[in-house]
Amino acid sequence: MLYPLLWLLASSLKPENEIFGSLGLWPSTFNWSNYTGGWEALPVSFSIFYRNSTIVTVLSVLGNLFSCSFAAYAFARLEFTGKRLFFGLMMMTLMIPYHVVLIPQYVMFLKLGWVDTYLPLIVPRFLASDGFFIFLMVQFFRQIPRELDEAAQIDGCSAFKIYWAVILPLSLPALATSAIFSMIWVWEDFLAPLIYLNDIKNYTVPLALRLFIDQEGKSAFGQMFAMSVLSLVPVVIFFIAFQKLIVRGIATSGMK
Amino acid sequence: MKNTKARNASGYMFLAPWLIGFFLLAIGPILVSLYLSFTRYDMVGDPRWTGLDNYIYMFTRDRRFWKTLEVTFHYVVFAVPLRLIMALGVAMLLDKGLRTIGLYRAIFYLPSLLGASIAIAILWRQLFSIDGVVNQVLAVFGIQGIGWITNPSTSIYTLIVLAIWQFGAPMLIFLAGLRGIPKDLYEAADIDGTPRFRKFYAITLPMLAPVVFFNLVLQIIEAFKIFSPAFIISNGTGGPADSLLVYTVYLFNEAFKFFRMGYASALAWVLLVIIGLFTALAFATSKYWVHYENERD
Repeated sequence: MLYPLLWLLASSLKPENEIFGSLGLWPSTFNWSNYTGGWEALPVSFSIFYRNSTIVTVLSVLGNLFSCSFAAYAFARLEFTGKRLFFGLMMMTLMIPYHVVLIPQYVMFLKLGWVDTYLPLIVPRFLASDGFFIFLMVQFFRQIPRELDEAAQIDGCSAFKIYWAVILPLSLPALATSAIFSMIWVWEDFLAPLIYLNDIKNYTVPLALRLFIDQEGKSAFGQMFAMSVLSLVPVVIFFIAFQKLIVRGIATSGMK
Repeated sequence: MKNTKARNASGYMFLAPWLIGFFLLAIGPILVSLYLSFTRYDMVGDPRWTGLDNYIYMFTRDRRFWKTLEVTFHYVVFAVPLRLIMALGVAMLLDKGLRTIGLYRAIFYLPSLLGASIAIAILWRQLFSIDGVVNQVLAVFGIQGIGWITNPSTSIYTLIVLAIWQFGAPMLIFLAGLRGIPKDLYEAADIDGTPRFRKFYAITLPMLAPVVFFNLVLQIIEAFKIFSPAFIISNGTGGPADSLLVYTVYLFNEAFKFFRMGYASALAWVLLVIIGLFTALAFATSKYWVHYENERD
């Protein structure tokens, strides 16, 4: 199960001539230069790629948390005309493959002059475009006792105050699950950056990794594997730290 | 009651971001994409209405379209059942109540979480290359390996093996399902001396059928959308000989390599119909498999 991952890790530390031709994992010498060399192997340093990925990921996660919890609060706790209709529509958008909206969105963002910026990657997240997280939060918010809202209302709390001071603090597991998954998915996302980012200076880490494939002739496999390992580090750290939450989230919600 | 107006106002205030996104990023683009699918549009001029031409061309003359369907179905038909069998098998092993179940669950799930990343796709390219690990293992048994990726008749299986390796997500759902089967059914069977495989066919499988179905539909929908590994392993081309030309890679290339936006929109709509059919199937049968998370942990 873990052998491919261990092989990747081992190969990232091996001298070039040991990567292929041996099944053993332990390198004869630890070739840390794969990491230092790989970091600077492309025309732009990986420092820039990591900075770019971090900007996109952090803002996207914040956008998802705010906009999705807003919508989820409306769907789960408020009464208003058209709620059922909109909830139904929201559920329908969950199953629309991204590819159907991709081309018109691209044309729209191109006309706005947003191509080759991070806006097409980030702004949709502030507009609750990941309906999956709305659904997850709605399910969670619904389990919070109604009496709490009513008590707060009697005390004169506004809807916003109830959302902020009652619902959100009680929903930390749902918020954490959403944050972790959106972090991992945005960090690993390849298709949207591939479409929207042109200038190598704007590349995210996954796009940068792909450049190594085109360089294969130069046989820098060790460096390519070293950077691949580093690209997985944030995901693995999150996984280890939040393993219980992630596992429970999957089993109960059926997501990927 | 307190006036409806005020209630609506606060409802729509909270819904505003989603509503804007819904019109600008979902409904609007869906309608535009439907329109574009009846046009020829290269992004330089305006879209030109061509009626059903894109669809007619797709179904009657575009041999690559049929090839991409063949490749994608080939992938779905092998990857989904094999992944589910693996997932169920491991879930049943874990359900036997090992003490370290948490650790194993985590280890088995990790590949699923990393699976979408480009690093894994790059790794896969190397594992299955002519001098890669797979061939070295085969050499130990005296088998002469081949270039699994460069050979059009085997390249799709590298993707299928990757899919099987990532069985973690359906496994966790199976595990939750197995926990829901009343233990006294097995105890009764034990008293009767029922053999193990009969218990599997007579108790586990029927009790688990709704979960199996749920996983099946979910995985089929996922599998149709596979993109990154196929794109990376074939270096963006879908080759060799279009053997890795899965549907979304074809769509991507038509749109962003050749700028045939109208035709790519038509392709997207056919994908929507395919996925829509499976989603409808899931919803139509949902009363047989829906269960709520507060039932049990």
